[in-house]
Amino acid sequence: MATTQTLTPAMERARRASQRRNLFYLALLAVGLVAPFLAYPVFLMKVLCFALFACAFNLLLGYAGLLSFGHAAFLATGGYVTGFLLSSYPALTPEMGILTGTAAAVALGAVFGVLAIRRQGIYFAMVTLALAQLMFFVFIQAPFTGGEDGLHGVPRGELFGLFDLDSNLAMYYFVFAVFLIGFAIIQRAVHSPYGQVLKAIRENEPRAVSLGYNVDAYKLLAFVLSAGLAGLAGSTKTVVFQLASLTDAHWHMSGEVILMTLLGGVGTLFGPLVGAGLVVSLQHMLAQSPLGNWVSPILGLIFVICVLSFRSGIVGEALKIVRKNFK
Amino acid sequence: MTQEFALETRGLTKEFRGFTAVDDVNLQVQEGHIHALIGPNGAGKTTVFNLLTKFLPPTRGEILYRGKAITGMKANEIARMGLVRSFQISAVFGHMTALENVRVALQRPMGTSFHFWKSERSLEPLNERAVALLDEVGLSDYADVLTVEMPYGRKRALEVATTLAMEPTLMLLDEPTQGMGAEDVDRIVELIRRVAKGRTVLMVEHNLSVVSRLCDRITVLARGSVLAEGDYESVSSDPRVKEAYMGSEVAEEEAGA
Repeated sequence: MATTQTLTPAMERARRASQRRNLFYLALLAVGLVAPFLAYPVFLMKVLCFALFACAFNLLLGYAGLLSFGHAAFLATGGYVTGFLLSSYPALTPEMGILTGTAAAVALGAVFGVLAIRRQGIYFAMVTLALAQLMFFVFIQAPFTGGEDGLHGVPRGELFGLFDLDSNLAMYYFVFAVFLIGFAIIQRAVHSPYGQVLKAIRENEPRAVSLGYNVDAYKLLAFVLSAGLAGLAGSTKTVVFQLASLTDAHWHMSGEVILMTLLGGVGTLFGPLVGAGLVVSLQHMLAQSPLGNWVSPILGLIFVICVLSFRSGIVGEALKIVRKNFK
Repeated sequence: MTQEFALETRGLTKEFRGFTAVDDVNLQVQEGHIHALIGPNGAGKTTVFNLLTKFLPPTRGEILYRGKAITGMKANEIARMGLVRSFQISAVFGHMTALENVRVALQRPMGTSFHFWKSERSLEPLNERAVALLDEVGLSDYADVLTVEMPYGRKRALEVATTLAMEPTLMLLDEPTQGMGAEDVDRIVELIRRVAKGRTVLMVEHNLSVVSRLCDRITVLARGSVLAEGDYESVSSDPRVKEAYMGSEVAEEEAGA
Protein backbone atom coordinates (compact mmCIF):
# COMPACT_ATOMS: atom_id res chain seq x y z
CA MET A 1 0.00 0.00 0.00
CA ALA A 2 1.21 3.47 -0.85
CA THR A 3 0.03 4.94 2.44
CA THR A 4 2.23 2.72 4.60
CA GLN A 5 5.29 4.74 3.63
CA THR A 6 4.04 7.84 5.39
CA LEU A 7 3.39 5.98 8.64
CA THR A 8 5.42 7.20 11.58
CA PRO A 9 6.67 4.56 14.04
CA ALA A 10 4.08 5.73 16.54
CA MET A 11 1.30 5.18 14.04
CA GLU A 12 2.60 1.72 13.31
CA ARG A 13 2.73 1.02 17.01
CA ALA A 14 -0.79 2.35 17.35
CA ARG A 15 -1.95 0.09 14.53
CA ARG A 16 -0.35 -2.92 16.17
CA ALA A 17 -1.83 -1.96 19.52
CA SER A 18 -5.26 -1.68 17.94
CA GLN A 19 -4.83 -5.13 16.40
CA ARG A 20 -3.96 -6.51 19.81
CA ARG A 21 -6.94 -4.66 21.24
CA ASN A 22 -9.23 -6.19 18.64
CA LEU A 23 -8.00 -9.67 19.57
CA PHE A 24 -8.67 -8.89 23.21
CA TYR A 25 -12.16 -7.68 22.34
CA LEU A 26 -12.86 -10.91 20.47
CA ALA A 27 -11.80 -12.95 23.49
CA LEU A 28 -14.01 -10.84 25.71
CA LEU A 29 -16.91 -11.21 23.32
CA ALA A 30 -16.51 -14.98 23.48
CA VAL A 31 -16.50 -14.88 27.29
CA GLY A 32 -19.63 -12.73 27.24
CA LEU A 33 -21.39 -15.16 24.94
CA VAL A 34 -20.72 -18.31 26.98
CA ALA A 35 -21.00 -16.63 30.40
CA PRO A 36 -24.73 -17.27 30.98
CA PHE A 37 -24.02 -21.01 30.81
CA LEU A 38 -21.37 -20.74 33.51
CA ALA A 39 -22.95 -18.25 35.91
CA TYR A 40 -26.40 -17.10 36.96
CA PRO A 41 -27.67 -14.84 34.12
CA VAL A 42 -29.52 -12.41 36.39
CA PHE A 43 -26.33 -11.79 38.35
CA LEU A 44 -24.41 -11.26 35.09
CA MET A 45 -27.04 -8.83 33.87
CA LYS A 46 -26.71 -6.85 37.07
CA VAL A 47 -22.95 -6.69 36.58
CA LEU A 48 -23.36 -5.54 32.96
CA CYS A 49 -25.86 -2.81 33.86
CA PHE A 50 -23.61 -1.43 36.58
CA ALA A 51 -20.58 -1.82 34.33
CA LEU A 52 -22.26 0.33 31.70
CA PHE A 53 -23.18 2.83 34.39
CA ALA A 54 -19.57 2.95 35.59
CA CYS A 55 -18.24 3.20 32.02
CA ALA A 56 -20.51 6.20 31.45
CA PHE A 57 -19.26 7.79 34.65
CA ASN A 58 -15.68 7.06 33.64
CA LEU A 59 -16.15 8.87 30.34
CA LEU A 60 -16.77 12.01 32.35
CA LEU A 61 -14.20 11.60 35.14
CA GLY A 62 -11.48 9.75 33.28
CA TYR A 63 -11.58 11.50 29.93
CA ALA A 64 -13.05 14.91 30.68
CA GLY A 65 -11.67 15.24 34.21
CA LEU A 66 -15.09 16.12 35.64
CA LEU A 67 -16.14 14.51 38.92
CA SER A 68 -19.91 14.28 39.03
CA PHE A 69 -21.47 13.42 42.35
CA GLY A 70 -24.96 13.20 40.93
CA HIS A 71 -24.94 10.40 38.41
CA ALA A 72 -27.61 8.48 40.29
CA ALA A 73 -30.11 11.01 38.92
CA PHE A 74 -29.49 9.81 35.37
CA LEU A 75 -29.60 6.13 36.27
CA ALA A 76 -32.88 6.69 38.09
CA THR A 77 -34.39 8.90 35.40
CA GLY A 78 -33.74 6.26 32.77
CA GLY A 79 -35.17 3.61 35.07
CA TYR A 80 -38.33 5.48 36.11
CA VAL A 81 -39.23 6.72 32.65
CA THR A 82 -38.77 3.27 31.13
CA GLY A 83 -40.57 1.60 34.02
CA PHE A 84 -43.51 3.98 33.87
CA LEU A 85 -43.89 3.70 30.09
CA LEU A 86 -43.67 -0.09 29.96
CA SER A 87 -46.10 -0.48 32.88
CA SER A 88 -48.64 2.01 31.51
CA TYR A 89 -48.52 1.15 27.82
CA PRO A 90 -48.36 -2.63 27.38
CA ALA A 91 -48.20 -2.20 23.61
CA LEU A 92 -44.84 -0.51 23.92
CA THR A 93 -41.88 -2.78 23.11
CA PRO A 94 -38.98 -2.82 25.62
CA GLU A 95 -36.45 -1.26 23.24
CA MET A 96 -38.79 1.73 22.74
CA GLY A 97 -39.13 2.07 26.50
CA ILE A 98 -35.36 1.96 26.91
CA LEU A 99 -34.75 4.49 24.15
CA THR A 100 -37.25 6.91 25.68
CA GLY A 101 -35.69 6.48 29.12
CA THR A 102 -32.28 7.16 27.63
CA ALA A 103 -33.57 10.25 25.83
CA ALA A 104 -35.00 11.54 29.12
CA ALA A 105 -31.59 11.08 30.77
CA VAL A 106 -29.95 12.93 27.87
CA ALA A 107 -32.34 15.85 28.34
CA LEU A 108 -31.77 15.92 32.09
CA GLY A 109 -28.02 15.69 31.44
CA ALA A 110 -28.19 18.76 29.21
CA VAL A 111 -29.95 20.73 31.96
CA PHE A 112 -27.57 19.56 34.72
CA GLY A 113 -24.61 20.10 32.44
CA VAL A 114 -25.46 23.67 31.50
CA LEU A 115 -25.82 24.52 35.19
CA ALA A 116 -22.80 22.60 36.49
CA ILE A 117 -19.97 23.05 33.97
CA ARG A 118 -19.64 26.72 34.79
CA ARG A 119 -18.02 25.61 38.01
CA GLN A 120 -14.87 23.61 38.48
CA GLY A 121 -13.51 20.95 40.81
CA ILE A 122 -15.30 20.52 44.09
CA TYR A 123 -17.91 23.14 43.17
CA PHE A 124 -18.82 21.18 40.08
CA ALA A 125 -19.25 18.05 42.21
CA MET A 126 -21.39 19.96 44.72
CA VAL A 127 -23.68 21.39 42.05
CA THR A 128 -24.25 17.93 40.55
CA LEU A 129 -24.93 16.51 44.03
CA ALA A 130 -27.43 19.25 44.80
CA LEU A 131 -29.26 18.76 41.51
CA ALA A 132 -29.36 15.00 42.02
CA GLN A 133 -30.82 15.46 45.51
CA LEU A 134 -33.43 17.69 43.96
CA MET A 135 -34.31 14.89 41.56
CA PHE A 136 -34.45 12.43 44.46
CA PHE A 137 -37.23 14.45 46.06
CA VAL A 138 -38.97 14.83 42.72
CA PHE A 139 -39.00 11.04 42.44
CA ILE A 140 -40.48 10.68 45.94
CA GLN A 141 -43.27 13.16 45.19
CA ALA A 142 -44.02 12.62 41.51
CA PRO A 143 -47.19 10.64 40.78
CA PHE A 144 -45.65 8.28 38.22
CA THR A 145 -42.78 6.87 40.33
CA GLY A 146 -44.72 5.01 42.99
CA GLY A 147 -43.07 7.16 45.68
CA GLU A 148 -41.41 5.14 48.46
CA ASP A 149 -42.61 1.86 46.95
CA GLY A 150 -41.20 2.41 43.49
CA LEU A 151 -42.47 0.69 40.38
CA HIS A 152 -42.90 -3.09 40.55
CA GLY A 153 -43.76 -5.72 38.02
CA VAL A 154 -42.60 -3.78 35.01
CA PRO A 155 -43.24 -6.17 32.10
CA ARG A 156 -40.15 -7.23 30.18
CA GLY A 157 -42.24 -7.62 27.05
CA GLU A 158 -41.08 -8.78 23.67
CA LEU A 159 -38.03 -7.27 22.03
CA PHE A 160 -39.00 -5.69 18.68
CA GLY A 161 -42.29 -7.51 19.32
CA LEU A 162 -40.50 -10.75 18.36
CA PHE A 163 -38.33 -12.13 21.16
CA ASP A 164 -39.88 -12.90 24.50
CA LEU A 165 -37.58 -11.46 27.15
CA ASP A 166 -39.16 -13.43 29.99
CA SER A 167 -36.51 -16.02 29.33
CA ASN A 168 -33.42 -15.00 31.27
CA LEU A 169 -31.15 -16.23 28.53
CA ALA A 170 -32.80 -14.05 25.89
CA MET A 171 -32.80 -11.17 28.33
CA TYR A 172 -29.10 -11.71 29.01
CA TYR A 173 -28.11 -11.54 25.36
CA PHE A 174 -30.12 -8.38 24.94
CA VAL A 175 -28.39 -6.76 27.93
CA PHE A 176 -25.03 -7.93 26.63
CA ALA A 177 -25.78 -6.28 23.28
CA VAL A 178 -26.82 -3.04 25.00
CA PHE A 179 -23.62 -3.08 27.00
CA LEU A 180 -21.53 -3.63 23.87
CA ILE A 181 -23.24 -0.75 22.08
CA GLY A 182 -22.67 1.57 25.04
CA PHE A 183 -19.09 0.43 25.38
CA ALA A 184 -18.45 0.91 21.65
CA ILE A 185 -19.83 4.45 21.78
CA ILE A 186 -17.47 5.32 24.64
CA GLN A 187 -14.51 3.61 22.99
CA ARG A 188 -15.12 5.52 19.77
CA ALA A 189 -15.71 8.85 21.51
CA VAL A 190 -12.42 8.50 23.36
CA HIS A 191 -10.55 7.76 20.12
CA SER A 192 -12.22 10.40 17.96
CA PRO A 193 -11.33 13.94 16.91
CA TYR A 194 -13.60 14.99 19.76
CA GLY A 195 -11.70 12.71 22.13
CA GLN A 196 -8.45 14.44 21.23
CA VAL A 197 -9.85 17.84 22.16
CA LEU A 198 -11.35 16.43 25.35
CA LYS A 199 -7.96 15.02 26.30
CA ALA A 200 -6.31 18.36 25.59
CA ILE A 201 -8.84 20.13 27.81
CA ARG A 202 -8.22 17.64 30.61
CA GLU A 203 -4.45 18.05 30.28
CA ASN A 204 -4.37 21.84 30.15
CA GLU A 205 -7.59 23.79 29.96
CA PRO A 206 -6.18 27.35 29.55
CA ARG A 207 -4.03 26.14 26.71
CA ALA A 208 -7.01 24.55 24.98
CA VAL A 209 -8.80 27.91 25.30
CA SER A 210 -5.82 29.69 23.77
CA LEU A 211 -6.03 27.31 20.81
CA GLY A 212 -9.51 28.63 20.11
CA TYR A 213 -11.62 25.91 21.71
CA ASN A 214 -14.82 26.78 23.51
CA VAL A 215 -14.06 24.31 26.29
CA ASP A 216 -17.45 24.55 28.01
CA ALA A 217 -19.20 23.22 24.92
CA TYR A 218 -16.87 20.21 24.80
CA LYS A 219 -17.38 19.51 28.47
CA LEU A 220 -21.13 19.80 28.03
CA LEU A 221 -21.11 17.21 25.26
CA ALA A 222 -19.11 14.84 27.49
CA PHE A 223 -21.60 15.41 30.29
CA VAL A 224 -24.61 14.75 28.06
CA LEU A 225 -23.04 11.61 26.56
CA SER A 226 -22.23 10.34 30.02
CA ALA A 227 -25.72 11.12 31.33
CA GLY A 228 -27.33 9.41 28.35
CA LEU A 229 -25.30 6.24 28.78
CA ALA A 230 -26.02 6.23 32.51
CA GLY A 231 -29.70 6.53 31.60
CA LEU A 232 -29.34 3.65 29.16
CA ALA A 233 -27.90 1.55 32.00
CA GLY A 234 -30.78 2.52 34.30
CA SER A 235 -33.45 1.82 31.67
CA THR A 236 -31.97 -1.59 30.89
CA LYS A 237 -31.69 -2.42 34.57
CA THR A 238 -35.37 -1.63 35.07
CA VAL A 239 -36.37 -4.03 32.29
CA VAL A 240 -34.12 -6.76 33.72
CA PHE A 241 -35.34 -6.51 37.31
CA GLN A 242 -38.82 -5.29 36.38
CA LEU A 243 -38.33 -2.69 39.05
CA ALA A 244 -37.52 0.99 39.45
CA SER A 245 -36.91 2.25 42.96
CA LEU A 246 -35.49 5.11 44.99
CA THR A 247 -32.30 3.10 45.61
CA ASP A 248 -31.17 4.12 42.14
CA ALA A 249 -31.80 7.80 42.84
CA HIS A 250 -30.15 7.89 46.25
CA TRP A 251 -26.79 9.64 46.61
CA HIS A 252 -25.35 6.30 47.76
CA MET A 253 -25.64 5.24 44.16
CA SER A 254 -23.65 8.26 42.99
CA GLY A 255 -20.96 7.27 45.49
CA GLU A 256 -21.04 3.63 44.50
CA VAL A 257 -20.31 4.40 40.87
CA ILE A 258 -17.31 6.49 41.94
CA LEU A 259 -16.10 3.53 43.98
CA MET A 260 -16.52 1.11 41.09
CA THR A 261 -14.68 3.39 38.69
CA LEU A 262 -11.78 4.21 41.01
CA LEU A 263 -11.42 0.61 42.15
CA GLY A 264 -11.27 -0.68 38.59
CA GLY A 265 -9.14 2.15 37.27
CA VAL A 266 -10.28 5.59 36.23
CA GLY A 267 -9.41 6.65 32.69
CA THR A 268 -9.00 3.03 31.51
CA LEU A 269 -11.57 1.51 29.21
CA PHE A 270 -11.96 -1.74 31.14
CA GLY A 271 -11.46 -0.43 34.66
CA PRO A 272 -15.14 0.38 35.26
CA LEU A 273 -16.15 -3.09 34.02
CA VAL A 274 -13.76 -4.76 36.45
CA GLY A 275 -14.72 -2.40 39.27
CA ALA A 276 -18.44 -2.93 38.73
CA GLY A 277 -17.95 -6.70 38.58
CA LEU A 278 -16.00 -6.67 41.81
CA VAL A 279 -18.39 -4.44 43.76
CA VAL A 280 -21.52 -6.26 42.60
CA SER A 281 -19.93 -9.65 43.37
CA LEU A 282 -18.87 -8.49 46.82
CA GLN A 283 -22.34 -7.16 47.60
CA HIS A 284 -23.81 -10.43 46.37
CA MET A 285 -21.48 -12.63 48.41
CA LEU A 286 -21.59 -10.52 51.56
CA ALA A 287 -25.36 -10.36 51.47
CA GLN A 288 -25.48 -14.15 51.72
CA SER A 289 -22.82 -14.41 54.42
CA PRO A 290 -23.10 -13.60 58.16
CA LEU A 291 -21.39 -10.29 57.33
CA GLY A 292 -24.52 -9.14 55.52
CA ASN A 293 -24.94 -6.00 57.60
CA TRP A 294 -21.33 -5.00 57.05
CA VAL A 295 -21.45 -4.43 53.29
CA SER A 296 -20.97 -0.65 53.50
CA PRO A 297 -18.06 -0.64 55.97
CA ILE A 298 -16.28 -3.39 54.01
CA LEU A 299 -16.70 -1.53 50.72
CA GLY A 300 -15.53 1.63 52.45
CA LEU A 301 -12.45 -0.13 53.75
CA ILE A 302 -11.66 -1.46 50.28
CA PHE A 303 -12.06 2.05 48.92
CA VAL A 304 -9.61 3.43 51.48
CA ILE A 305 -7.07 0.71 50.68
CA CYS A 306 -7.48 1.39 46.97
CA VAL A 307 -6.94 5.12 47.31
CA LEU A 308 -3.96 4.68 49.63
CA SER A 309 -2.10 1.88 47.91
CA PHE A 310 -3.12 1.48 44.27
CA ARG A 311 -4.40 4.78 43.07
CA SER A 312 -4.72 3.93 39.41
CA GLY A 313 -7.07 1.08 40.24
CA ILE A 314 -6.83 -2.60 39.36
CA VAL A 315 -6.70 -2.20 35.58
CA GLY A 316 -4.53 0.91 35.84
CA GLU A 317 -1.95 -0.90 37.95
CA ALA A 318 -2.07 -3.96 35.70
CA LEU A 319 -1.46 -1.76 32.66
CA LYS A 320 1.55 -0.20 34.39
CA ILE A 321 3.04 -3.66 34.99
CA VAL A 322 2.36 -4.72 31.41
CA ARG A 323 3.93 -1.54 30.02
CA LYS A 324 7.00 -1.94 32.20
CA ASN A 325 7.63 -5.56 31.24
CA PHE A 326 6.59 -5.64 27.59
CA LYS A 327 7.92 -2.41 26.21
CA MET B 1 -4.48 59.18 15.22
CA THR B 2 -5.11 57.26 12.05
CA GLN B 3 -2.33 54.69 12.16
CA GLU B 4 -3.55 51.18 12.75
CA PHE B 5 -1.62 49.14 15.26
CA ALA B 6 -1.45 45.38 15.54
CA LEU B 7 -2.53 45.82 19.11
CA GLU B 8 -3.55 48.91 20.98
CA THR B 9 -4.99 49.62 24.39
CA ARG B 10 -6.73 52.78 25.47
CA GLY B 11 -6.97 53.59 29.14
CA LEU B 12 -6.75 49.94 30.10
CA THR B 13 -7.42 49.57 33.82
CA LYS B 14 -7.87 46.61 36.13
CA GLU B 15 -8.88 46.91 39.74
CA PHE B 16 -9.01 44.08 42.26
CA ARG B 17 -11.13 45.05 45.23
CA GLY B 18 -9.85 48.62 45.33
CA PHE B 19 -6.26 47.71 44.41
CA THR B 20 -5.38 49.06 40.97
CA ALA B 21 -3.11 46.48 39.36
CA VAL B 22 -3.16 48.11 35.95
CA ASP B 23 -3.73 51.83 35.76
CA ASP B 24 -4.69 53.61 32.55
CA VAL B 25 -2.27 51.81 30.26
CA ASN B 26 -2.04 53.01 26.66
CA LEU B 27 -0.03 50.49 24.73
CA GLN B 28 0.66 50.51 21.02
CA VAL B 29 2.28 47.56 19.33
CA GLN B 30 3.31 48.17 15.75
CA GLU B 31 2.72 45.64 13.03
CA GLY B 32 5.83 43.53 12.49
CA HIS B 33 7.56 44.55 15.72
CA ILE B 34 8.86 42.41 18.51
CA HIS B 35 7.61 44.40 21.43
CA ALA B 36 8.64 43.74 25.02
CA LEU B 37 6.74 44.49 28.16
CA ILE B 38 9.16 44.73 31.07
CA GLY B 39 9.12 46.03 34.60
CA PRO B 40 10.05 45.10 38.15
CA ASN B 41 8.15 42.39 40.00
CA GLY B 42 4.59 43.37 40.76
CA ALA B 43 4.50 45.98 38.00
CA GLY B 44 1.39 44.41 36.51
CA LYS B 45 2.96 42.77 33.46
CA THR B 46 1.17 39.48 33.84
CA THR B 47 -2.12 41.23 34.59
CA VAL B 48 -1.78 43.30 31.40
CA PHE B 49 -0.97 40.11 29.56
CA ASN B 50 -4.04 38.35 30.90
CA LEU B 51 -6.19 41.35 30.01
CA LEU B 52 -4.87 41.40 26.45
CA THR B 53 -5.53 37.69 26.02
CA LYS B 54 -8.99 37.96 27.59
CA PHE B 55 -8.18 35.64 30.45
CA LEU B 56 -9.22 38.54 32.70
CA PRO B 57 -11.95 41.11 32.03
CA PRO B 58 -10.76 44.73 32.29
CA THR B 59 -12.41 47.14 34.71
CA ARG B 60 -12.17 49.96 32.18
CA GLY B 61 -10.58 50.73 28.88
CA GLU B 62 -10.45 49.35 25.41
CA ILE B 63 -8.37 46.79 23.55
CA LEU B 64 -8.07 47.03 19.77
CA TYR B 65 -6.65 44.38 17.50
CA ARG B 66 -5.84 45.84 14.08
CA GLY B 67 -8.22 48.68 14.79
CA LYS B 68 -11.07 46.39 15.80
CA ALA B 69 -12.35 46.45 19.37
CA ILE B 70 -11.90 43.07 21.03
CA THR B 71 -12.61 44.24 24.57
CA GLY B 72 -15.78 42.19 24.94
CA MET B 73 -14.64 39.04 23.19
CA LYS B 74 -13.82 35.68 24.74
CA ALA B 75 -10.36 34.16 24.99
CA ASN B 76 -11.10 31.39 22.51
CA GLU B 77 -12.62 33.84 20.03
CA ILE B 78 -9.58 36.09 19.79
CA ALA B 79 -7.41 33.00 19.38
CA ARG B 80 -9.38 32.18 16.25
CA MET B 81 -8.66 35.69 14.95
CA GLY B 82 -4.93 34.99 15.09
CA LEU B 83 -4.08 36.49 18.45
CA VAL B 84 -2.47 33.53 20.20
CA ARG B 85 -0.80 33.45 23.59
CA SER B 86 1.74 31.25 25.30
CA PHE B 87 2.00 30.65 29.03
CA GLN B 88 4.56 31.31 31.72
CA ILE B 89 4.76 27.70 32.75
CA SER B 90 5.16 25.59 29.66
CA ALA B 91 1.65 24.82 28.49
CA VAL B 92 1.64 21.51 26.72
CA PHE B 93 -0.71 18.54 26.79
CA GLY B 94 1.38 16.18 28.89
CA HIS B 95 -0.13 12.81 28.09
CA MET B 96 -0.22 13.36 24.37
CA THR B 97 2.67 13.00 21.96
CA ALA B 98 4.39 16.06 20.52
CA LEU B 99 2.68 15.34 17.23
CA GLU B 100 -0.75 15.14 18.87
CA ASN B 101 -0.06 18.41 20.70
CA VAL B 102 0.43 20.23 17.43
CA ARG B 103 -2.39 18.37 15.75
CA VAL B 104 -4.93 19.51 18.34
CA ALA B 105 -4.16 23.08 17.26
CA LEU B 106 -4.51 22.11 13.60
CA GLN B 107 -7.71 20.11 13.82
CA ARG B 108 -10.19 22.82 14.82
CA PRO B 109 -10.52 24.34 11.32
CA MET B 110 -11.46 20.85 10.04
CA GLY B 111 -14.77 21.35 11.79
CA THR B 112 -14.94 17.80 13.11
CA SER B 113 -13.88 18.52 16.66
CA PHE B 114 -17.32 17.64 18.05
CA HIS B 115 -17.55 14.46 15.97
CA PHE B 116 -17.35 11.82 18.65
CA TRP B 117 -18.43 9.09 16.26
CA LYS B 118 -15.48 9.49 13.86
CA SER B 119 -12.22 7.63 14.14
CA GLU B 120 -9.19 9.65 15.16
CA ARG B 121 -7.60 8.28 12.01
CA SER B 122 -9.61 10.96 10.21
CA LEU B 123 -7.01 13.35 11.65
CA GLU B 124 -4.08 11.63 9.96
CA PRO B 125 -4.09 13.97 6.93
CA LEU B 126 -2.93 16.65 9.38
CA ASN B 127 0.16 14.70 10.39
CA GLU B 128 2.27 15.99 7.54
CA ARG B 129 1.68 19.61 8.49
CA ALA B 130 2.23 18.78 12.16
CA VAL B 131 5.58 17.12 11.43
CA ALA B 132 6.61 20.14 9.34
CA LEU B 133 5.83 22.43 12.26
CA LEU B 134 7.80 20.23 14.65
CA ASP B 135 10.64 20.35 12.15
CA GLU B 136 10.52 24.13 12.17
CA VAL B 137 11.28 24.24 15.89
CA GLY B 138 13.81 21.41 15.74
CA LEU B 139 11.61 18.74 17.31
CA SER B 140 11.14 16.25 14.48
CA ASP B 141 12.85 13.55 16.56
CA TYR B 142 10.29 14.02 19.30
CA ALA B 143 7.15 13.56 17.21
CA ASP B 144 6.17 10.30 18.91
CA VAL B 145 7.42 11.13 22.39
CA LEU B 146 4.91 11.71 25.14
CA THR B 147 5.26 15.34 26.12
CA VAL B 148 5.69 14.63 29.84
CA GLU B 149 8.90 12.81 28.96
CA MET B 150 10.44 15.78 27.12
CA PRO B 151 13.02 18.12 28.69
CA TYR B 152 11.80 21.56 29.72
CA GLY B 153 13.42 23.54 26.92
CA ARG B 154 11.91 21.19 24.35
CA LYS B 155 8.48 21.61 25.86
CA ARG B 156 8.75 25.34 25.34
CA ALA B 157 9.77 24.78 21.75
CA LEU B 158 6.78 22.47 21.33
CA GLU B 159 4.58 25.21 22.70
CA VAL B 160 5.90 27.53 20.00
CA ALA B 161 5.17 24.90 17.34
CA THR B 162 1.63 24.53 18.67
CA THR B 163 1.19 28.30 18.65
CA LEU B 164 2.49 28.46 15.07
CA ALA B 165 -0.08 25.88 14.07
CA MET B 166 -2.72 28.51 14.79
CA GLU B 167 -1.12 30.69 12.10
CA PRO B 168 -1.05 33.65 14.44
CA THR B 169 -0.61 37.17 13.18
CA LEU B 170 0.12 38.33 16.69
CA MET B 171 1.91 36.13 19.21
CA LEU B 172 1.79 36.97 22.87
CA LEU B 173 4.59 35.25 24.76
CA ASP B 174 4.55 35.18 28.53
CA GLU B 175 8.15 34.98 29.75
CA PRO B 176 9.31 32.55 27.07
CA THR B 177 12.76 31.99 28.61
CA GLN B 178 11.68 31.68 32.22
CA GLY B 179 13.36 28.89 34.14
CA MET B 180 15.75 27.95 31.35
CA GLY B 181 19.47 27.31 31.28
CA ALA B 182 21.70 29.54 29.13
CA GLU B 183 21.83 27.08 26.24
CA ASP B 184 18.06 26.75 26.05
CA VAL B 185 17.68 30.53 26.27
CA ASP B 186 19.88 30.98 23.20
CA ARG B 187 17.89 28.39 21.32
CA ILE B 188 14.57 30.02 22.18
CA VAL B 189 15.85 33.50 21.29
CA GLU B 190 16.86 32.21 17.88
CA LEU B 191 13.53 30.47 17.52
CA ILE B 192 11.53 33.58 18.39
CA ARG B 193 13.62 35.64 15.97
CA ARG B 194 12.89 33.12 13.25
CA VAL B 195 9.16 32.71 13.81
CA ALA B 196 8.65 36.45 14.33
CA LYS B 197 9.32 37.08 10.64
CA GLY B 198 6.13 38.33 9.08
CA ARG B 199 4.40 38.44 12.46
CA THR B 200 4.00 40.72 15.40
CA VAL B 201 5.19 39.57 18.81
CA LEU B 202 4.45 41.02 22.20
CA MET B 203 6.39 39.40 25.00
CA VAL B 204 6.66 39.76 28.73
CA GLU B 205 10.25 39.05 29.65
CA HIS B 206 12.40 39.29 32.74
CA ASN B 207 15.72 38.53 31.10
CA LEU B 208 17.00 41.90 29.86
CA SER B 209 19.69 40.40 27.66
CA VAL B 210 16.96 38.55 25.77
CA VAL B 211 15.03 41.80 25.45
CA SER B 212 18.06 43.73 24.18
CA ARG B 213 18.86 41.07 21.60
CA LEU B 214 15.33 40.62 20.27
CA CYS B 215 13.07 43.55 20.71
CA ASP B 216 12.38 46.56 18.51
CA ARG B 217 10.45 48.41 21.10
CA ILE B 218 10.09 48.21 24.84
CA THR B 219 7.41 49.37 27.22
CA VAL B 220 8.39 49.63 30.87
CA LEU B 221 5.65 49.15 33.42
CA ALA B 222 5.93 50.17 37.05
CA ARG B 223 3.15 50.02 39.63
CA GLY B 224 0.59 49.35 36.97
CA SER B 225 1.38 52.33 34.74
CA VAL B 226 3.57 52.90 31.73
CA LEU B 227 6.83 54.41 32.94
CA ALA B 228 8.72 54.69 29.66
CA GLU B 229 8.63 53.49 26.10
CA GLY B 230 11.19 53.35 23.32
CA ASP B 231 14.01 51.21 21.94
CA TYR B 232 16.43 49.44 24.25
CA GLU B 233 19.04 52.25 24.29
CA SER B 234 16.64 55.04 25.16
CA VAL B 235 14.76 52.99 27.72
CA SER B 236 17.85 51.63 29.44
CA SER B 237 19.34 55.10 29.77
CA ASP B 238 16.14 56.61 31.12
CA PRO B 239 16.83 57.67 34.73
CA ARG B 240 13.27 56.88 35.84
CA VAL B 241 13.59 53.35 34.53
CA LYS B 242 16.93 52.93 36.27
CA GLU B 243 15.43 54.14 39.49
CA ALA B 244 12.39 51.86 39.30
CA TYR B 245 14.43 48.91 38.19
CA MET B 246 17.68 49.22 40.13
CA GLY B 247 16.76 47.48 43.34
CA SER B 248 15.02 44.50 41.89
CA GLU B 249 17.29 44.08 38.86
CA VAL B 250 20.46 44.02 40.94
CA ALA B 251 18.88 41.62 43.35
CA GLU B 252 17.81 39.36 40.52
CA GLU B 253 21.21 39.32 38.89
CA GLU B 254 22.80 38.44 42.19
CA ALA B 255 20.33 35.63 42.55
CA GLY B 256 21.63 34.31 39.23
CA ALA B 257 18.61 35.07 37.09
